[in-house]
Amino acid sequence: MTQDLFQIAGKTYGSRLLVGTGKYKDFAETRAAIDASGAEIVTVAIRRVNIGQTAGEPSLLDYLPPSEFTYLPNTAGCYSADDAIRTLRLARELLDDHKLVKLEVLGDPQTLYPNVRETLKAAEVLVKEGFDVMVYTSDDPIVARELEQIGCCAIMPLASLIGSGMGILNPWNLRLIIEQSKVPVLVDAGVGTASDATIGMELGCDGVLMNTAIAGARDPIRMAHAMKLAVEAGREAFLAGRMPKKLYSGDPSSPLAGLIAAK
Amino acid sequence: MIELSINGAPRQFPATLTVQQLAEALELIGKRFAVELNGEIVPKRLHAETTLNDGDRLELVVAVGGG
Repeated sequence: MTQDLFQIAGKTYGSRLLVGTGKYKDFAETRAAIDASGAEIVTVAIRRVNIGQTAGEPSLLDYLPPSEFTYLPNTAGCYSADDAIRTLRLARELLDDHKLVKLEVLGDPQTLYPNVRETLKAAEVLVKEGFDVMVYTSDDPIVARELEQIGCCAIMPLASLIGSGMGILNPWNLRLIIEQSKVPVLVDAGVGTASDATIGMELGCDGVLMNTAIAGARDPIRMAHAMKLAVEAGREAFLAGRMPKKLYSGDPSSPLAGLIAAK
Repeated sequence: MIELSINGAPRQFPATLTVQQLAEALELIGKRFAVELNGEIVPKRLHAETTLNDGDRLELVVAVGGG
C-alpha cells in the first residue's frame, strides 16, 4: 500500500483526525484521549487569564506541549469578524507567530450555526495578514467555493450542529463541496459516533474534526481510539473504491456451478 | 495611583508600570500569555519597555481547552 499522507498548509501529517481539547474531566483525561485518538492537530480556545486564580495551576500547555502537537487556535464564541480577527491575532502572539488557525464565526447562540457573511469578511482579512485559515462553515457549496477563492487552506463544513452528535445530515452537499474543492475538506462538527466519521471519510473528506463525540462519550479514551480506527477505515475504503451498488440484482459470491444435484 | 482595566475589571496600581512588571504583579511569569493594550497586540519582546498609563485597557489571554 502506498503511504497516504495528509497535507495542510504545506505541512504533512499522518493522522486525518483532528480533535478538540474541551469538555474533558481534567487535563490528564484530555491527554489520554488525544493519545488514543492519534491526532496530531489539536484545537484550543483563547480566553482571558483568570487573574489571581492561575498562579501555580497547571495549564493545558503543560499536558499538550506545542512541541508535540500542532495547535489549531479557534475563534469559538466569536459572533463578529472583528472579534474573530482580534482573537486570532492574540493567538498568533501567544503561540510565537503561529499561523495555522481555525476560523469560526457564529450566528446564533442556540444552534451555533455559522454566520457566513462575517466568516467571509474575517477570512479575507486573515488570509491577507498571512494566516493559514481552516474555516468552519455551513455546507453550502457556493460559500465553500468563495472561501476557497479567498485563500482559505481548508474548508470545514458542518455535518450537523456543533455538539449535537446528529451525524452527517446532508451527504449530498458534502459531496458537492468535496468534488469542487482543490483544498482539503474536513467535516467539522456534528459527528456523534464512529460510523459518522467513517461515512464522512468514505464520501471523500480529507479529514474529520471533532470534540464532543469523544469528550462526551461514556468512556472518552475508548471512543478516541474508535474514532482513530473509524477515520482510518473510512479513508481506506474511499481509496479502495467501493463496489457499485446493484439494486434488485443478487450476485452470489459462491460459484453457481458444481452444486450437488437436486433429486 | 493609576487605574487599569484588565480583562474588563478595574485594578489600581501605586504608580506607572511596564507590561513586564504587571505580569510579575499578577504572577504570570513563566506562563504563556498574550497581551492586547487598547486594542493592539504588545509583542513579548516589547513587554519590558511598554509603559502602562492611567485608563489603559488590557486583555490578557491564554490557551484553554476548546473544540
